[in-house]
Amino acid sequence: MTEIQEEIIAWVEGYFDSINEKPRLISVLLALQKKFGYLPTTGLRDIAHRMNLTPANIYGVATFYNQFRFQPPGRYPIKVCMGTACHIKQGTKVLEHWERCLEIEEGQVTADGEYSLDRVACVGCCTLAPVTLVGDEVIGGMAPTKVDGILLGHKLERQARESEKQKDE
Amino acid sequence: MDLNPIAARSAFEKLVANAAVVREKLWGDHAYTVMVGCATCGRSAGALAVAESFRRASGKIDAVLNVLEVGCMGHCYAEPMAVIKRPDYPPMVYHHLNPIMAKNLVERFLVEGDPLLEFFLGATENNDMLPTMMDLPRYGKEVRKLLKKCGMYDPADVMQSIALGGYAGLIEAIEMGPVRIIQVVKESGLRGMGGAGFEAWRKFETCRAQAEEERYIICNADEGDPGAFMDRTLLESDPHAVIEGLLIGALAISSNRGLIYVRAEYPLAVEMLHRAMDAARKAGLLGENILGSGFRFDVEVFEGAGAFVCGEETALIASIEGRRGEPRIRPPFTAQHGLYGKPTVLNNVKSLASLGSILSEGADVFANIGTPKSKGTGLFALAGKIVNPGLVEVPMGTTLRELVFAIGGGIPAGKKFKAVQIGGPSGGCLPEEYLDTSIDFDELKRAGAMMGSGGLVVLDEDNCMVDTAKFFLEFTQEESCGKCTFCRIGTRHMLDLLEKITQGNAGISDLDRLKELAEDVQRGSLCNLGKTAPNPVLTTLRFFEAEYEAHILEKRCPSKVCNALSAYFILPEKCARGCDACVGSCPPEAIYTTRKRIKAIDQSLCIKCDSCVGACPKEYNAVIKISPVDKLPPAEPRPEDRKGV
Repeated sequence: MTEIQEEIIAWVEGYFDSINEKPRLISVLLALQKKFGYLPTTGLRDIAHRMNLTPANIYGVATFYNQFRFQPPGRYPIKVCMGTACHIKQGTKVLEHWERCLEIEEGQVTADGEYSLDRVACVGCCTLAPVTLVGDEVIGGMAPTKVDGILLGHKLERQARESEKQKDE
Repeated sequence: MDLNPIAARSAFEKLVANAAVVREKLWGDHAYTVMVGCATCGRSAGALAVAESFRRASGKIDAVLNVLEVGCMGHCYAEPMAVIKRPDYPPMVYHHLNPIMAKNLVERFLVEGDPLLEFFLGATENNDMLPTMMDLPRYGKEVRKLLKKCGMYDPADVMQSIALGGYAGLIEAIEMGPVRIIQVVKESGLRGMGGAGFEAWRKFETCRAQAEEERYIICNADEGDPGAFMDRTLLESDPHAVIEGLLIGALAISSNRGLIYVRAEYPLAVEMLHRAMDAARKAGLLGENILGSGFRFDVEVFEGAGAFVCGEETALIASIEGRRGEPRIRPPFTAQHGLYGKPTVLNNVKSLASLGSILSEGADVFANIGTPKSKGTGLFALAGKIVNPGLVEVPMGTTLRELVFAIGGGIPAGKKFKAVQIGGPSGGCLPEEYLDTSIDFDELKRAGAMMGSGGLVVLDEDNCMVDTAKFFLEFTQEESCGKCTFCRIGTRHMLDLLEKITQGNAGISDLDRLKELAEDVQRGSLCNLGKTAPNPVLTTLRFFEAEYEAHILEKRCPSKVCNALSAYFILPEKCARGCDACVGSCPPEAIYTTRKRIKAIDQSLCIKCDSCVGACPKEYNAVIKISPVDKLPPAEPRPEDRKGV
């Protein structure tokens, strides 16, 4: 067993020990995802076993809901809001520009693991439309040029980090 | 349940006395207090930095400066906002703040006494000196019941809520007992505000009549409608009203377990609820022996995992029970057979938040607002192409025109109004002729739309109605749980047809097929997601058929939105020589310089990303869109020797 698998199993055990009521499947899965950023197979199997469910059962439930993902998110998880207000204010153009800049499609992660790109139904900040979430930060009034700006900001951050590292060495 | 109302009343009086002390300290004549709106919308506009700046500057005045992080007042267009209270002034609202202005307000207003009126929006109380918020045009039409306390207190402090009248309905409810509570709710005429408009008292009564002793009450805060954010704001800004509503509902049906089902997309709402619940527990308003009355009740927050269909009550219950969120056939109703098979009452956030004031002010106060069949107020999220987006609360029966123009300030940038989309994916698009429709449950249904949860998105002349219908169908198609064939496959086929129309590949007979399919999906689906999924298509077909026909017959998108039917063009007479703004903005490098040193677009490379429109300086405004594509004037070709430049 790899180190991460052991960590996952230890976490699941800890979770089930910590609750004193009958566990609720969705809550367990959300907690697992909050901890690891996605639903690792090892964890799903372990939870299925503990809750007396088949792996197919649990997979069927997990794939039903939009929140759950089965691969790790990028270091900068990008979520583009596609609610009504965002749509009529050209949200699609924003999503398309993210796809072009990151060279991935929605639902994918960049090869270097830096960015993941997802669409979300509505984050409820309709007055700021169109909206993109970078991590937990809600950015309103998005436009293709603003996408460029955000990416440039990240690039500068990375460069600063690297030169910092070189200085240390 | 035999309760002890006398003990409860005296415990509550003590809380009220303590709350009065808090009120004096924060809002009394001698207080210096700043309240910064820190709900999600405020935060993303920078409210937390503003609050921090107020805190840092607080040392500059000799008195204690209370800085509170409160919820949202509904003026989303003016965020970040703060209410500032100092002696000799009414509470003053300032808008569009930033950290530097916050520091200036402390130094100039709180220390030196200059109210900096250039940043001032209005006072929150009547006074002889300054205009109030009520003098703003939008307030003339508003009646704030649900929003009354939103943005006025810190949700983590239950005492502040009590100081503003919170939990006054709970103590009445403890004294009344179940039968009287249900009677009062009946007299008030409260109808479920989640969209369907089912009479609230009926659910309570049915549930109460069940033999089983274990019962649940669930607050449905799975606000899945794209374009709606009323529930989010209420949960973030006045969570105590929701908790109080759950307590009253629980007394009515003799339940001691409650759940609040919140979307996981609302992390701040979840956090605020937890903080409010902790505070309520500490004050003896939740838990064992509430206010010493012997009433036992507690609430937990259940985070949803993102499925629109879970707003349907049986699907919501399936999801809590750990299954796929698929609705089931009713009856039995959830009030008879709900969560874990027990009698369960489910209410929307707004319905529950209304209960407190109904019980404390009396049923007739609520019943006197609104129309004969739709009582009380409606809470709407105004968004889209509108000058003042935000939350508004108006009496039922207000017209759409008042809402869009008098309150929302009309359409920005001198554009023309086209339609208002009400009720989200289940609702419809109503055109100008229907603007005088009064907003109540039945009138809207008659017009082909529905109240829904209250999302109201305004569309202007730049929005394509076929594209809008396609957008909603994409959503419902994606969110169909797959249980009923008509919803699962029918919506897919409808979407394919709409796709064909927006691509310019459809024939005129496709419109009949679309209508037929829409009616079949309505009839053949079990739950309201499927039954109402065709509404956006049917209403746009009914009111904007000419737009569909233009797409099909002329290959023309009248609003120039559909990519396949429109193209970008640079007007040679408007393009400024030597300006290169658009060239740099074009991702596929489709823009080139002609021999006359103006710009033109290579249509074979253009990806229609809209970047050049934004890049072209306003004084030139040279980029236009043209539909149909064959009307595109010829552009001067790319000079041979400058290929690739």
